[in-house]
Amino acid sequence: MRQPLLALLAKEPAHGYELKVALEQTFGLAYPSPNIGQVYVTLKRLEQDGLVRSQDVEQTTRPNKRVYELTPAGREALSAWVDEPSDGPRIRDEFFIKLILAPMAGLADRMALMNKQRRHYLALMRRLTELHADADPADTPARLLIEGAILHLQADLDWLERCQEEFV
Amino acid sequence: MSGSWLGGARGDAHRGSGRTDSGGREPSPPRGNAALLRTSGLVKTYRTDGVTVQAVRGVTIELAVGEFVAIMGPSGSGKSTLLHVLAGLEPATSGEIWLRGRRVDGLSTAGWAILRRRHIGFVFQFFNLLSNMTVADNVELPALLAGATTRQARQRREELLAELGLADKANAAPARLSGGEQQRVALARALANEPSLLLADEPTGNLDSSNTRDVLRLLRRTHQAGQAILLVTHDARVASLADRVINLFDGMVADDARVVPIPRSMNGVRDVLELRG
Repeated sequence: MRQPLLALLAKEPAHGYELKVALEQTFGLAYPSPNIGQVYVTLKRLEQDGLVRSQDVEQTTRPNKRVYELTPAGREALSAWVDEPSDGPRIRDEFFIKLILAPMAGLADRMALMNKQRRHYLALMRRLTELHADADPADTPARLLIEGAILHLQADLDWLERCQEEFV
Repeated sequence: MSGSWLGGARGDAHRGSGRTDSGGREPSPPRGNAALLRTSGLVKTYRTDGVTVQAVRGVTIELAVGEFVAIMGPSGSGKSTLLHVLAGLEPATSGEIWLRGRRVDGLSTAGWAILRRRHIGFVFQFFNLLSNMTVADNVELPALLAGATTRQARQRREELLAELGLADKANAAPARLSGGEQQRVALARALANEPSLLLADEPTGNLDSSNTRDVLRLLRRTHQAGQAILLVTHDARVASLADRVINLFDGMVADDARVVPIPRSMNGVRDVLELRG
């Protein structure tokens, strides 16, 4: 959650609860609703690392609130994060390791492994298509996230087909 | 949706009433056997330039009344050939095909044509609509060929096109429609005679993702209304709708299993972040 909080603070200073709400509003359902405690803990760590700083703002009717803002070091860290390429394809696939090793160890035959995996992928795919059909059309981040997951899963199935061609 | 547009024949069959055709010339399915389609040791061999290619090598499968089965498998695994043989578009080399309790693999070309007209709807990847006829005529033609009156054919066509959201395209030429619309028309045509069995060969293979979604929705609804469907697909979204997925490999059945849905949780979209292949 570090980078999303830094990104939100780059826009304007905010206190913990505002950040939680902003995360929810930005991502819709496409982001696990952050726990407020987790937001505060993360902010505290970011402050220890010198990436944000905070000050108490007095409120007349309520306890003081702590407002956070980005430091120059925080802005630099955020830029570096945005600039660096994100993780590519999931090539360190656990199933792939099983597929290679299990037959060598005499634990399973590859065809059975691939069939089992395909069944699992198809069950996941059904769940994803249901989620997509149920998603709020106005919640664009959620719809795109599901579509992304569907495309990844299709790629996994295509790749399984390639394994079948080579191994059987 | 009302469900009426698909007719009641399959609903009856679901209850095992053993309903027969008005002609009554065909035997009703054997009692206690809900298999709509059954093959046994089906083989299809091609000979081209003296080389023999075994495209389908002993396939034994079964499709129950109202069941939706998807056939997947790598290119060249024999999927499309199998489907074409099951539709009688190509003759089997050996083995048996039973449809509605009747052995059909030995039928003549004309016999297959009649069987298809009455009991089999077929959807192709590239739609195969008649380009010099309107959308309405394309959908009405199968009913007219099967002996329906002009009025019956028109009424059925109107129902189907309305249901598929194409009522306003009735008088258009197929070429003026998008790929997704053309495929929906092809589906309407395939369903015009309330077939016992809908066969489809890569029905979304040539469609973009939003058109694919339209066809998916349609397939789901058609199936929910009781239509038996056997289709070949690469698209896991299509396959995941099926009750059962058969994996064909090298002309043989490598896997044949139910799609077991993952239980719905309360988290909805947030699940996606947890769902991992």
